[in-house]
Amino acid sequence: MEVASKKSTFKWDSKIPTGPLTEKWKTHKNNIKLVNPSNKRKYNIIVVGTGLAGASAAASLGELGYNVKAFCIQDSARRAHSIAAQGGINAAKNYANDGDSVWRLFYDTIKGGDYRSREANVYRLAEVSNSIIDQCVAQGVPFARDYGGMLVNRSFGGAQLSRTFYARGQTGQQLLLGAYSSLMKTIKSGKVKMFTREEMLDLVTVDGVSKGIISRNLVTGKINRHAADAVLLCTGGYGNVFYLSTNAKNSNVTAAWRCYRKGALFGNPSFTQIHPTCIPVSGEYQSKLTLMSESLRNDGRVWVPKAKNDKRHPNDIPEDERDYYLERIYPSFGNLVPRDVASRNAKNVCDEGRGVGPSGLAVYLDFRDAIKRDSEQAIRERYGNLFEMYEKITDENPYKVPMRIYPAVHYTMGGLWVDYNLMTTVPGLFALGEANFSDHGANRLGASALMQGLADGYFVIPYTVGDYLSGITPGDVNTDHEAFDQAEKAIVGEIEKLLNIKGEKTILDFHRQLGKIMWDKVGMSRDEKGLNEAIAEISALRKEFWENVFVPGEPATYNKYLEYAMRVADFIELGELMARDALARPESCGGHFREESKTPEGEAKRDDENYAYVSAWEFKGVDTPPVHHEEPLVFENVKLTQRSYK
Amino acid sequence: MSTHDLITVHLKVWRQNGPNDRGHFEDYTLKDITTHMSFLEMLDVLNENLMKEKKTPVEFDHDCREGICGSCNLVINGIPHGPQMRTAACQLHMRHFKDNETITIEPWRAKAFPIIKDLVVDRNAFDRIMEAGGYVTMATGNAPDANAVPISKVEADSAMDYAVCIGCGACVASCPNSSASLFTGAKIAQLAKLPQGAPERKKRVIAMVEQMEKEGFGDCSNYGECEAVCPVGISISAIATMRTEYVKALF
Repeated sequence: MEVASKKSTFKWDSKIPTGPLTEKWKTHKNNIKLVNPSNKRKYNIIVVGTGLAGASAAASLGELGYNVKAFCIQDSARRAHSIAAQGGINAAKNYANDGDSVWRLFYDTIKGGDYRSREANVYRLAEVSNSIIDQCVAQGVPFARDYGGMLVNRSFGGAQLSRTFYARGQTGQQLLLGAYSSLMKTIKSGKVKMFTREEMLDLVTVDGVSKGIISRNLVTGKINRHAADAVLLCTGGYGNVFYLSTNAKNSNVTAAWRCYRKGALFGNPSFTQIHPTCIPVSGEYQSKLTLMSESLRNDGRVWVPKAKNDKRHPNDIPEDERDYYLERIYPSFGNLVPRDVASRNAKNVCDEGRGVGPSGLAVYLDFRDAIKRDSEQAIRERYGNLFEMYEKITDENPYKVPMRIYPAVHYTMGGLWVDYNLMTTVPGLFALGEANFSDHGANRLGASALMQGLADGYFVIPYTVGDYLSGITPGDVNTDHEAFDQAEKAIVGEIEKLLNIKGEKTILDFHRQLGKIMWDKVGMSRDEKGLNEAIAEISALRKEFWENVFVPGEPATYNKYLEYAMRVADFIELGELMARDALARPESCGGHFREESKTPEGEAKRDDENYAYVSAWEFKGVDTPPVHHEEPLVFENVKLTQRSYK
Repeated sequence: MSTHDLITVHLKVWRQNGPNDRGHFEDYTLKDITTHMSFLEMLDVLNENLMKEKKTPVEFDHDCREGICGSCNLVINGIPHGPQMRTAACQLHMRHFKDNETITIEPWRAKAFPIIKDLVVDRNAFDRIMEAGGYVTMATGNAPDANAVPISKVEADSAMDYAVCIGCGACVASCPNSSASLFTGAKIAQLAKLPQGAPERKKRVIAMVEQMEKEGFGDCSNYGECEAVCPVGISISAIATMRTEYVKALF
């Protein structure tokens, strides 16, 4: 099977500044062009999505004086899925006095990503991390503190330092509400106009340059046009391509996918993070998976019975018949190994027949020893809300019985390809936060997603967008332009087509079917045969979808299933691209594990000689294979080693 | 907990085809519902069944399904978010219902939350209350070092107790006066506990309370229903703080 169309003559310019790594961002800020304060009001910027990246960007750009239009699909900006992040946010403050520094945070993050991200981007992320904490505290985010009134930190998977700031088990909520409050303040000042329940359905380009969007009002069904000098895509990740994931039900790839179809390259689409600590699937009807914060691994010990098919109650299994496999295999990191390693090992022990619970697809996360050591009260203070959530879902009390956990799709490192300025290959279109591919390489370390979303929105885009805008004439295209006519017509046609199929299968049937293919063949472990099968199966599923789906209701009303149908249609196309991307990378790296590439001990084996690059895909039509591009990754400051957490 | 693994439920669901429709209850029966299913998954089953019969599914708001986004707004058997204390509807599971039980499902009902369709309401009034003053006025990049101002653990913890509000609106739905005092008070109390909130303290409470009234929410008469249904357990002391702050702000 042909994986990709022939290479085109696409020219890379990742715009990485020259000079030493530690000076790049400072130098770049000194050199990029500025927009005069009195001219900023002439520029219109669209921000799509109001999660950490979107809300922080919209607020910060409004403060600078730009005219901002912000869009979200939910009924309020505060409901974006960043709200659900539990554990924490990293910063290199070194408040714990344990030797942390910007350099160490940079190094851990690039190593954690298995050397598949850019040095310059990751260094910048570490560099601005401290300002994020300052910013959030000033907004009134109530981070955890000690009795003297100072901020406290905890350690998180994959780090040997305590650098994670947190607000109980609701850090994402508090950071998002902080960004939301800044957004509300900027709306009040008149510099941001908010559109809730409004979904971006297409990017409008004129001569290949981004000039606005087409959106649908989700209450009335009205299709709207919005022109802008720059469009910022802050629409999060695409984990729901697997149907079951920890993402919110409405999280989707549609806005990003339509930008891809309009010429933005898609970077590393197959890089998916499977989070090790989620509540296991309990039945066919299941609609989503719930994450149990990785911070639990600070105190919980992961184990399975030594014997296969051991059906005894966990509390009846004696100590010497338990296998604390992470502690055994990785003595120096133990239960705190990075997510990809923890997930893969859980899969391995379950594949060996040592999984627990009714499905055999679970491992124990046991707090018995921590409770004995620190008291039940201490554990309650640290994780009370998570334990409560666990009990609500499973009807089991984790203070008495070990939790059962299993890996689940959580985060997507891949996303729209962006340069150092966060601009995609479509001039004027930027991607921030999880929607871009840039900072996490092949695996994201815990507590770094919140950091990246806010870094991009508060401290990167306010500088870099000006560099682009200063070179263009504001307002040169308005919504009467024929590009808007065409884009709107296409959307109206697509909606009509979907509603008129009136087939026999529900949208959910298709989504579940796609999810099963993705989980089985493009999931935690991938091989050539399975990936080729996945491509063929997904392609067939796409054809069937457009012939046999049933989409209820009318176009010009509130119609959640119509929204859902469009999203599933895009997920199906994305799934195929993910399989192609995984097939085109025969090495194992981070969350991408190829059966063909492992060490004798079964660990992931990277191939730096051949695959130290970013894969970026160019759309060539739904029925034509996309073009595969490679952006070489240059490492001048870090030494590429096989990751070892032993 | 029900002893049944599979139960039958009879639903009375509010159907209203748009804001101007009168609306009515419609009856549905669902068989073989496993008790491990979440309440929203049960509604997914209902909608799948309806679509298989080529009928229009029931619209309801939902997103994270883990009790934090605040999207869900179902009144279940007369109680916002249903019978389990401190639990949003999305975290409620069918094991809390009996075999053959009749379950009534309605949207939030309040003048300030007009119905959009079926179980979906418009809660933009909450955003406008926040817009009136639910923030600290500081521009990005202005902040001093995060440890420059110590905040005692007691105050920080107390601020967090109020900050966990998910903005769902159950407090309004449960209140005989449809008051938004718990929602508004929670933000005022959070910022009143923190030094960062101090400079705008007076201005904030007046602006937010005025906006709340303007939106058509009623006054608080201390019924305490809001605290009882709040899925994250926000204490009614938030309202006391709001009142104290308001009175202080007048002088």
